[in-house]
Amino acid sequence: MLRVEKLSTFYGNIQALRDVTIRVRRGSITTIIGANGAGKTTLLRTISGLNKARHGLIIFEDQDITNTPPNKIVKMGISHAPQGRQVFGDMTVAENLELGRYSRRFANRAEYKQDIEMVYEVFPILAERSGQLAGTLSGGEQQMLAVGRALMSRPKLLLLDEPSMGLAPKVIQSIFKTLFRLHEQGLSILLVEQDAKIALETADYGYVMRTGKVALGGDAGELLENEEVKKIYLG
Amino acid sequence: MIYGSATVFTLLLVVTLSIKGSTGLQWIVSGLTVGSIYALVAMGFSVIYSSTRVINFAQGEFSMLGGMLMYTFASKAGVPVPLAFILSVIIVTLLGAGFERLAVHPLRYSSVITVIIVTIGFSIFLRAVAKWIWGSDPVKIASFSGDKPIRFLGAALVPQSFWVFGFTALAVLLVFLFFNRTIVGKGMTAAAANPDAASLVGISTSTSSLIAWTIAAALGAAAGIIIAPIKFAAYSVGTMLGLKGFAAAILGGLGSAPGAVVGGLILGVLETIAAGVFPSGYKDAVAFLILILVLLAWPQGLLGRRQDVMA
Repeated sequence: MLRVEKLSTFYGNIQALRDVTIRVRRGSITTIIGANGAGKTTLLRTISGLNKARHGLIIFEDQDITNTPPNKIVKMGISHAPQGRQVFGDMTVAENLELGRYSRRFANRAEYKQDIEMVYEVFPILAERSGQLAGTLSGGEQQMLAVGRALMSRPKLLLLDEPSMGLAPKVIQSIFKTLFRLHEQGLSILLVEQDAKIALETADYGYVMRTGKVALGGDAGELLENEEVKKIYLG
Repeated sequence: MIYGSATVFTLLLVVTLSIKGSTGLQWIVSGLTVGSIYALVAMGFSVIYSSTRVINFAQGEFSMLGGMLMYTFASKAGVPVPLAFILSVIIVTLLGAGFERLAVHPLRYSSVITVIIVTIGFSIFLRAVAKWIWGSDPVKIASFSGDKPIRFLGAALVPQSFWVFGFTALAVLLVFLFFNRTIVGKGMTAAAANPDAASLVGISTSTSSLIAWTIAAALGAAAGIIIAPIKFAAYSVGTMLGLKGFAAAILGGLGSAPGAVVGGLILGVLETIAAGVFPSGYKDAVAFLILILVLLAWPQGLLGRRQDVMA
């Protein structure tokens, strides 16, 4: 479904990604783990078009999408829930979700109703809070809103950046349970996560990134058993 | 702060009315008229600022061009007023949109300061072209519905004032509805608050900027046209009008649409009262004295919020 070939991205003169090659299979949850600054977030931002690639290719469903602007990428079916949630704090929950379907704003009202009901079913708390300003939600609720907003564009592939960041273990559990349910309904997910344990337990495939490069890749189950992964990332 | 300044302002109005009676009322009504125009210009500043963080120093020139084009169409060519109004607004709007595409858009990766300096250059250019086309003498434009003043408690109101009030109210309502009720308008607000998150849901920041410039140019042109019969039109009126509008936007809180209206009306009234009380040469100083005081004391303005969103 998604192929990233020898991708290199720079911030000015600093190289953040070095020849990164990964695959995301249709219907899978693929995770990328690694320490802070390994380039995980940059990889997602380059796929979704926020950062420009200097070398390499990004192929989505047999189409070259390298350096396509983000507003076009989301129309093609890749939705990115960015790191640190990034909800529109001065708008209500409902308005955030409405903006989530901006790329589909010409679709009919009936589809909009379906989409929003789907999100409210996945995250019932958002329905209760629909009139509340997004900035006043708790961290976990904002994370759910960020994921819900990303789902509103009806993505085929969901890019998720650190959904566990700053959340209590119980909240993390519930968010990952929801992700797994979405995956069972056919959504493909590329998940970037620092919490290697829960990421590898949820995912089918995994990659380990280190200093801008892919250091390891394979079945998530195998990576869980890998001595090096155990030592460095699973403590 | 809001309540404090509202109290001071109301007190000033009451004092003016009780000391000066109908003359005071006249000042206030005239002040509200010119203040409405400042409000429209201030809204132009706010729309562009809140969508792109750019201060458009050519905003006043849009008003100047609106007035001058109206002169050409209505007074010279004899085009009926409504049609002349629409034509003038369309031309200025296209000019604003064209400037955005040709000069602002290519600078989207440059700093905001660069774009602001380009707008200053653009304003000088527009003024020079206007002087070349229309010359430097002020021109008179006929009022939309006659000049017979309407008496009200001893104050005289020119009928054009009603056009000014009505149009300002309509424009404020439309801008409010656009930014708060349509998905494109909300998207523009979102793009200003968080460009990355906005582009990830499919909002194009480049389209936002184009729409903002289009709206601002239309607001500016309309303001220049409806005030022209009361003041006068000339190639040089844009600079002062732009600066007053900017002062009004700062006073109300840059980026806030209600703030632009409140700022404009307060500035218009204060200025007119000052022109009555002090030698009228000091009138313009009032606007800039207010600008300086506001910037020093509470830079976010009366209704501004730290996030600078349109609301």
